[in-house]
Amino acid sequence: MSNPQIIYCHCAYAQVVPKEVKEAVLRKLCDANIPFEAVADLCELSARRDAGLQRIVTTTGPIKIAACYPRAVKWLFAAAQARLPADSTEILNMRVQTAEEIFERLLNPEVKPNLPASEQPGAKPNLSSHV
Amino acid sequence: MSLKDQKTLRLVLTEAPGAKRYHALQKLLEHGYTVTCTTETNFQAESNHSNVLVVTGVTSSENLLEQAETTRSQIEAVKHGEWKPWFPVIDYDRCTNCMQCLSFCLFGVYGVDQNHKIEVQNNDSCKTNCPACSRVCPEAAIMFPKYKTGPINGDAVTAADLDREKMKIDISALLGGDVYSMLRTRSERAQSRFSKERDPDKALKERQRCLVKLAEAGDIPPEVLMALPSPEEIIQRAEVAKAKAAAALQNSPQQIS
Repeated sequence: MSNPQIIYCHCAYAQVVPKEVKEAVLRKLCDANIPFEAVADLCELSARRDAGLQRIVTTTGPIKIAACYPRAVKWLFAAAQARLPADSTEILNMRVQTAEEIFERLLNPEVKPNLPASEQPGAKPNLSSHV
Repeated sequence: MSLKDQKTLRLVLTEAPGAKRYHALQKLLEHGYTVTCTTETNFQAESNHSNVLVVTGVTSSENLLEQAETTRSQIEAVKHGEWKPWFPVIDYDRCTNCMQCLSFCLFGVYGVDQNHKIEVQNNDSCKTNCPACSRVCPEAAIMFPKYKTGPINGDAVTAADLDREKMKIDISALLGGDVYSMLRTRSERAQSRFSKERDPDKALKERQRCLVKLAEAGDIPPEVLMALPSPEEIIQRAEVAKAKAAAALQNSPQQIS
């Protein structure tokens, strides 16, 4: 099994992610000397339909993203026409999880997919072309 | 130039030891850059791409930032941070394509695609920190990831959220009636009063009082409300938005009730 791609979002333009959590996660990633993608702000990349998001989803293998709520991350990628694979994406939420928990999950080769599944009430197949 | 068409610079860092890498990254991220950290010593991919700056080894975070800024300027890439990425994100698992958001937004953020499905088209037209359209959505399908609380911030939607009156708030409810007729009435009253009194200070105070009420009711930042156009223009824009929504609904076979 290939190593997961690791994406870290710094949420640079807002104070909603605790500073100490994002700094600790970033520091641990740097100290671990592993490859990862650090983005200043996923929202901005989504708004720009940045090709980097498509590059992430088209690269083979599991994806781990340290950012915010899985529902938000799922649809931020979708808005940029980059569909995250539901069966191999794990989102770590720096708004609510601790840096230790997040780092442990980022380094663990096992993936626990947690993108919200399509569900009622609005779910309808003909709207799914947006993802 | 639209956000999608603006050029951006991406950095690739190779061979940087942990501590130096951390400080360099912090600096770059605070300035809006995307940075790929690789352990490959011979990073080749895309290195001849003009939008990618490959840096081998890091001397200091200041030097690296300077290098990035110089390259960014040379390739005429966008300077990050001038726009705070605040805009609605639609959860299509929940969206019923009802067009209430399109009808509500006065700033042209929403539009429909070629299949008449609602979409966010002008992200940078959205008013920073204003989550008002998410409160209009009856399905809590509109998120603002940088908002403070759920479910608007993307947290899971619970039954209680949907039950909560404020999640289903209608703009008319915000003002205790039909907002458009209210604005019309207010405009007529104001015109009549101005003609009698010609007192711009009083008019401004009246507007401010009204806006403060709106801000309290709808969690809309006062500065957003203060930046609203005149009542006449609001009515005109609202009509345009309503017409767009009506046309989209008429052409859409997919609305789910």
